[in-house]
Amino acid sequence: MNAWIIAIVTVIVAPFIGGFLAGIDRRITARLQGRFGPPILQPFYDFFKLLGKSKIAASRLQLMWIYAYLVLMITALLFLVLRLDILLMMFILGFAGVCFALGGFSSKSPYSHLGANRELMQMLAYEPVLLLLALGVYAQNGSFLISQIYASPTPLISRLWPIFIALLVILTIKLRKSPFDLATSHHAHQELIKGIMTEYSGPYYALIELTEWYEIVLLLGIVSLFVANPLWVGIVIALAAYLLELFVDNVTARMTVGWMVRFVWAVGITLCILNLIWFWVFAAIKGVS
Amino acid sequence: MGIIATSRLKSPWIMHFDNSSCNGCDIEVLACLTPLYDIERFGIVNMGNPKHTDVLVVTGPVNRRTARVLKNLYDQIADPKMVIAVGTCSISGGVFHNCYNVLGGVDKVIPVDVYIPGCAARPEAIIDGVVMALQKLAKLQGVAL
Repeated sequence: MNAWIIAIVTVIVAPFIGGFLAGIDRRITARLQGRFGPPILQPFYDFFKLLGKSKIAASRLQLMWIYAYLVLMITALLFLVLRLDILLMMFILGFAGVCFALGGFSSKSPYSHLGANRELMQMLAYEPVLLLLALGVYAQNGSFLISQIYASPTPLISRLWPIFIALLVILTIKLRKSPFDLATSHHAHQELIKGIMTEYSGPYYALIELTEWYEIVLLLGIVSLFVANPLWVGIVIALAAYLLELFVDNVTARMTVGWMVRFVWAVGITLCILNLIWFWVFAAIKGVS
Repeated sequence: MGIIATSRLKSPWIMHFDNSSCNGCDIEVLACLTPLYDIERFGIVNMGNPKHTDVLVVTGPVNRRTARVLKNLYDQIADPKMVIAVGTCSISGGVFHNCYNVLGGVDKVIPVDVYIPGCAARPEAIIDGVVMALQKLAKLQGVAL
C-alpha cells in the first residue's frame, strides 16, 4: 500500500520538478548569454499552449511509439523511487529511447529520419556506459537492488568515481545539451529543423516535453544515487551536476555524431572498464592476503 | 480552457519566412532575437518548423514561385495560428510592386492578422506588432492580456 502511494505521488510530482528545472535551465542559459530570459514558468506555458493546439499526426504508428516512450520513462522512474533493480531500470530506459527513435522512423520526413539515426548513434554511445554503471553497482554492493545502495554505509562515489565522471558525460547526451545536442537540436534549425521531433505537433509534442521532464528527474535521481546516504547530499550533487551541464551547454559548440561516439567510447567506456578491472584486482588481492 | 487560453498568450512560437525580400527586414527580425531586444522574455522562440509554430512572420513580396511555398507552410501550421506581415513589401509589394514576377502583398495568398510597415521595419515596430497580434488573440478568446 505504501509503495502505491509513493508511485502515485511520483507520477504527479515529477513533471512539476522537471518543468521547473527546465524553466531554470532557460533562465540561466539566457543570463549566461547576456539576456534577461523568459519567466521560470515558461515550460508550463509552452506545455499548456501545445495541449490546446489542433491535432495533426503524420502517422498513427508514430503516436503509439510516443505513448510507449512516455509510459516506459515513467516505469523507469518508478523503478528508481521504489528502489527496485537498477539493471532492469537501465533496460527499460534503453527501450524507451528505442521507442522514441522508432517514432522518428515511422514518418516519411527526411529530417525526422536523420534525427532518428542520430538518436540511435547517441544510444550506441551511452547505453554501454549505463550498463557498466549497473555492473559497477553490483561489483561494489554485490546486488543490483537500489534499496541495497541506500542501505550500504559506503557511498557509491567513494569507489565508483571514474564511473561517476563517465555518467556526467552521458548526462550531457541524455539531457540533449550542446556538444552532443545532435538528434533534436535546440538551436540548429537550419541543419535539421527539429530533428527527430520535426513531425510531432501540438498535443503530441507536449507529450514529448512531458517525457523529457520525467527524464530530467530520472537522470538526476541516478546521479543522486552516488551519494545515497544521506539523501540530501545526493540531491545537492545532482543539482550541481545539472548546473554544470548548463554551463557546458553554453561554452561548447555542437560536435559531429562520429566525434561523439569516439569521445564517449574512448573516455566513458575506458573509465568504466578501468573501474571494473580495479574492483576485480582489488578482490583478487584481498582473496590472496 | 482558461489556463490554455492564458498560455497561448505567453508562448507564441514564431516561424520566419522570407518570400523574396531584400533581406533588410529579415535582419531586423533576427535582431529581435539578440540580447539587445531579447524577445524570449515574452516566451517567443524562433522555431523554424511549421508544425511547432503559432505565429508566421513573413517578410518580402510574394512572387509566383514563393506563393505555393507560403501557402504550403501556412497549411502545415496547427490552429490557432496568426500571420504577421513585416515590412512594406509584404504589405503591398513595396518597391517591387510592378515587377513581372511579383503578385503583391502576403494577403494575396494567406490571411494576414497584423501589418507592420517600414522599410525596413524596426525591431521595436516588430515587437509592437507581435504584441498587437497577441492583443487580437486575447480579444478573440475573451482573456485579458
